[in-house]
Amino acid sequence: MNDTSQSFVKFEKIDKSYDGEVLVVKNLNLDIAKGEFVTMLGPSGSGKTTTLMMLAGFETPTNGEIFLDTKPISKIPPYEREIGMVFQNYALFPHMTVEENLSFPLEVRKISKPETKEKVQKALDMVELGNFGTRFPAQLSGGQQQRVALARALVFEPRLVLMDEPLGALDKNLREQMQYEIKHIHDRIGITVVYVTHDQSEALTMSNRIAVFNDGVVQQLSTPDILYEKPENSFVAKFIGENNTLNGMVTDINGETCTVELDNGFGKVKALKINVNEKGDKTQLSIRPERVTIDSTNPEANNFEGKILELIYLGDHIRARLNVCGNNEFIVKVPNEGSFSHKEGDLLNLSWNPDDVRALDI
Amino acid sequence: MEDCISTSALLTTDGVPLKQSLKKAERKNKLRAFLLVFPLLLFIIVTFVMPIGDMLFRSVDDSQINGVFSNTFNEYKKWDKEKDVLPPEEVYKALFEELAYGEKIQIGRALTRMNYSKSGWKSLIKTTSREIKKAVKKDELPNNYKEFLISANDKWADPTFWYAMGQMVNNTTPIYYWNALDRTYDQDQNVVMQDEKRRIYIKTWIKTLKISVYVTIFCLILGFPVAHLLANLPLRYSNLLMIFVLLPFWTSLLVRTTAWIVMLQQNGVINGILVWLGILSDDGRLQLVYNETGTLIAMTQILLPFMILPLYSVMRVIPKSHMRAAQNLGAKPATAFWRVYLPQTIPGMSAGGLLVFVLAIGYFITPELVGGKDGKLIGHWIAYHLKTTLNWGLCAALGAILLGVMLIFYWLYNKIVGIDNIKLG
Repeated sequence: MNDTSQSFVKFEKIDKSYDGEVLVVKNLNLDIAKGEFVTMLGPSGSGKTTTLMMLAGFETPTNGEIFLDTKPISKIPPYEREIGMVFQNYALFPHMTVEENLSFPLEVRKISKPETKEKVQKALDMVELGNFGTRFPAQLSGGQQQRVALARALVFEPRLVLMDEPLGALDKNLREQMQYEIKHIHDRIGITVVYVTHDQSEALTMSNRIAVFNDGVVQQLSTPDILYEKPENSFVAKFIGENNTLNGMVTDINGETCTVELDNGFGKVKALKINVNEKGDKTQLSIRPERVTIDSTNPEANNFEGKILELIYLGDHIRARLNVCGNNEFIVKVPNEGSFSHKEGDLLNLSWNPDDVRALDI
Repeated sequence: MEDCISTSALLTTDGVPLKQSLKKAERKNKLRAFLLVFPLLLFIIVTFVMPIGDMLFRSVDDSQINGVFSNTFNEYKKWDKEKDVLPPEEVYKALFEELAYGEKIQIGRALTRMNYSKSGWKSLIKTTSREIKKAVKKDELPNNYKEFLISANDKWADPTFWYAMGQMVNNTTPIYYWNALDRTYDQDQNVVMQDEKRRIYIKTWIKTLKISVYVTIFCLILGFPVAHLLANLPLRYSNLLMIFVLLPFWTSLLVRTTAWIVMLQQNGVINGILVWLGILSDDGRLQLVYNETGTLIAMTQILLPFMILPLYSVMRVIPKSHMRAAQNLGAKPATAFWRVYLPQTIPGMSAGGLLVFVLAIGYFITPELVGGKDGKLIGHWIAYHLKTTLNWGLCAALGAILLGVMLIFYWLYNKIVGIDNIKLG
């Protein structure tokens, strides 16, 4: 994507194995530009935290090299990497006050007392904890501890900040608030951030680009909108956002589009050809729930009937679970415009645009 | 609104004052809680508070002898030592009567007590008693008791014995404490050091403290890495290691101590190996047992688990991410350990240290068996007086001082580290 001269962090052919039998990370190639906010998103065990730990220097790559600012860093110990990190459970030192926690990285760098004091205060002000310096971590709430951890990772002006699921321990409201705060701090100071999470909405909210991990491999690396709207394989389609699937076989390919014959003779669907190669390929179609329209017909193709199995009222929209072409988990989001009068058991006319259906791998 | 809450007494919905209602509601729970702990409380009072109280009482108690010689001592207190060289006739008369008509067993016990103050009392009273009994048998009560007693034993004309009696005329006495610190009374009733060759306790106290401090330090040095391993190894290894740590607990103390004798003696395993390796010559075998070295080695091994376990319980909950965080922030591993890890283990170190020290200072069996002549601690003398000389007053005083030393250390610890910092689990 970027050439080496532009990328600030570069993973090159990284493999990682703990036991010599299983690869936790397979042939990872990743470029991160300066000032970028990149999130590694994936289910647990997908290798994202391992990747982060290799970057921080706590794990050694089994193969390949990591470059930071064009210099290989595999042989540099963690304490010389100048990389800040926010740990999952903050790892604040309980026997030190907030100020002492923040001074720690400056003290070990032998920065003078007055300068330390000034930087600490600045960092505390940045996270709006200016008056909490003399408290101990145990006297702070979870959200405040999180901010202290953030301030501590930034106070020594590292080249890069890593965050390992930093919001995992917070409740939902606080988590959302902190997402914006972290994003704003990133916008303000322009530091490069590598963020690890398994929460896709967190990733979508904060990141410039997201690397979706599964099974030790980056499935797709893109901006949030592309990732959501144009997933390149069925894992990404399923992992990011809600997704309806229909299985079938490719019967015809016509440039960018293809025709898919659904299994069990439910009919034909016109779709975008994304991850299929030739006629006869098995494929999984992916349709976002909000791209399905009801009670209108599409002149081109893709008109189906669905039986309502369940209706859930969610205020701004009604979530309908339908049986469509044998799939009992087909979800449609109906905007709440006051005109929806169907009941469970009714048949609905559904249609979708061929541009909104993606033929992916199975 | 807030003012209203804080100033006026709150009422429940039914109009009863809230505090009263709460008290009533809680009463049953409190009673049940009390009844649940009551057996334990009783147990502690009977087995802990009362014995210690009894010990403290015995360490100053002098009532037995005061019961036997009550008249003598009453008359004695009237003696004006400035005016008369010897006590007045009434003292001699009272002594005569109390020796003549007193219970033999009680007098015997009183004699033992008198000998603690000054040797010679026992034989003096015994010879005198014999003459008194003879006289009483013949029904010949003397006209002048003073002359009679002096003729029975001329030491009754020696003021030093009479002065020494002055130490016993009160119901409480500090003499056992003075004895426990190698001090005694001179003839003018001043507290002085014992004869050089009879000074044993201060030396033993210092040795006891020294060995306890050394044992604590060695346990800390040896225990810290083990506890760290226990807390950080993968489960299957740490379980095995834990079994090794706990193994000594499942073995009799006597067996372990005897094993150390086998290991350490001059023809024992360690000396054997060193000679076999050529590190020692055959006639240069080390004296590792029956001295302070033996006591130190054996006690360190035996008390080690008491250091490891509190340390382990503290280290176990220190997140591993702390060391990583410290390094990530730029600290070298040594700095990270020193500034971040070690301070967090202080509660464990202090709990273990205090535990080992308190156990070591009163340790008995191990120093007794491997200590030989100069590896014995204060516990030896407590046991010696308890079983051999039956000087329970001195025992109690030694025990009370031991208790006092422990309390001083406890106080010091609280001042320096703070007792809240102790953590056993």
